[in-house]
Amino acid sequence: MEKKPFERPLIKRLNAGMPSKFGMHTHIEALTEIDGLKVEDLVAEHGSPLYVLSERILRKTYRDAYNVFSTRYPRVQFAWSYKTNYLDAVCNVFHQEGAWAEVVSGFEYEKAVRNGVPGSRIIFNGPDKQEEDLKLAIQNGSLIHIDHFDELYLLLELAEKGTGKPKVAIRINMDTGIYPQWDRFGFNYENGEAWEALNRILLSEKMELVGLHTHIGTYILTADAYRIAASKLAILATGIERKYGKVIRYIDIGGGFASKNTLKGAYIPGTDAAPSFEEYADAVSSALIKSDIKPENLPLLVLETGRALVDDAGFLLGTVLANKRLADGRRATIADIGVNLLFTSFWYQHEVLPAQEVSQHTEDTTLYGPLCMNIDVIRDAIDFPLLKKGDHIVIKRIGAYNMTQWLQFITYRPRVVMIDESGKVHVIREREDLEHLIRLERIPAHLKSDDARKK
Amino acid sequence: MIRLKKNIAVSDTGFVFDPSTGESFTVNETGMKIIGYLKEGKSSEEITSLITQEYNIDPLSFEKYSQDFMDMLKQYDMLEYEKEV
Ligand SMILES: Cc1ncc(COP(=O)(O)O)c(C=O)c1O
Repeated sequence: MEKKPFERPLIKRLNAGMPSKFGMHTHIEALTEIDGLKVEDLVAEHGSPLYVLSERILRKTYRDAYNVFSTRYPRVQFAWSYKTNYLDAVCNVFHQEGAWAEVVSGFEYEKAVRNGVPGSRIIFNGPDKQEEDLKLAIQNGSLIHIDHFDELYLLLELAEKGTGKPKVAIRINMDTGIYPQWDRFGFNYENGEAWEALNRILLSEKMELVGLHTHIGTYILTADAYRIAASKLAILATGIERKYGKVIRYIDIGGGFASKNTLKGAYIPGTDAAPSFEEYADAVSSALIKSDIKPENLPLLVLETGRALVDDAGFLLGTVLANKRLADGRRATIADIGVNLLFTSFWYQHEVLPAQEVSQHTEDTTLYGPLCMNIDVIRDAIDFPLLKKGDHIVIKRIGAYNMTQWLQFITYRPRVVMIDESGKVHVIREREDLEHLIRLERIPAHLKSDDARKK
Repeated sequence: MIRLKKNIAVSDTGFVFDPSTGESFTVNETGMKIIGYLKEGKSSEEITSLITQEYNIDPLSFEKYSQDFMDMLKQYDMLEYEKEV
């Protein structure tokens, strides 16, 4: 006779329907497959932990977002925010779909060029552009978004030295009702600093002002903030046309749309709290269309959407290493995914699902990573099924920021695979190895092992 | 020998009631089995053998999970120790 599958025994106190910090109990569905491929098989072949990206979801999300904006506004252009996920395979999916590149460092700029993005389709943002980076960007005709006056003057100097005529926009920070206001970056709208910068650029005639840019923050839950931002940029654009007869070619509204992840401490899950692309698009497009910009001069709308385009396409697979009881009787489960691989666990309550069928029984669990540190908590309170050592877990919506902010710590960073639209698996980043990690190290002669042993 | 306290009530739908504290608990299928065997006065060796015959688990792994389960029963104050006769 076939034996029955074993679930570890559980007894749990009933708390008369009181929601605890673990939330009301909801039935947990296992996530056994990603794009038709078994999680078990993926881990067996590529190891655990494992990052998985779905090309199907990447493209679908991009097309959804593009359709929503382009049916509401005549001219729309996405620029892929490299810092969100700059694995070449991911960038190239977005570039194939038609996205430009948005970069914030010399390194990201080099990557975009290497990925074949024409210079004129690279937006160069951020406060840290080195002189060499700027020279290259000027020569390539890239769109340089000026962050501060020091950069503005450096560009003037380079232009005077004959490097070429920089194509520029300025980054503008403003009050959109969002707290905290990101006023570290760019020139302020309300206090007139933005106008000061614009006057300096337009009067010099050494640079070509092509656009206006803002990035009001990240994971913005109120679409109305974008209406305010777009309106303020439109007011500047009409002012520039009135004063200088200069038509602004594009308005770049930055990134910041929320993904469907749930923030820590939030009462409403992200799937309900995050505005849809439709809501953001309505806010931005109606503000631009209703503005005083002449219809024939309506600027190109540029979007630097990061997390909302890539979060859903990423999955992190892992394995249960051990189960423990904490001193107060609470359950602790240790998995092989540490916070170094899931940086976003510091602010998200990530959805963690079992990768095999489970019963409806669950336990209040703290989910730890394998790092020997107290901060290594993936979920501090999760209503979780009874997994055993060796069982697999899937963490959803991890496509944004984790594959760029990850830290190598005590062990190698794992493989990243992409499932293409036909269900074929491609390794897009190899698991690190010792060779890779020590390649940059240098040992002073007197510390070489032979000498060291003599002492 | 360890025993389940006599007054603990167990329903066959997976609910456990402790009349001395008024508290209710849920158990899953394997938990239910173990509690049933404890009530019948079976030893831990007997329980291990019965469970490993019925379920797909080896004795050593089962011991690990049952130990944890017994700790929870102890924590909920449901066990008593009976002197060997
Ligand atoms: C200038 C700029 N644009 C775009 C983004 C992408 O933002 P998000 O991932 O919130 O859409 C960022 C992220 O910080 C940014 O700094």
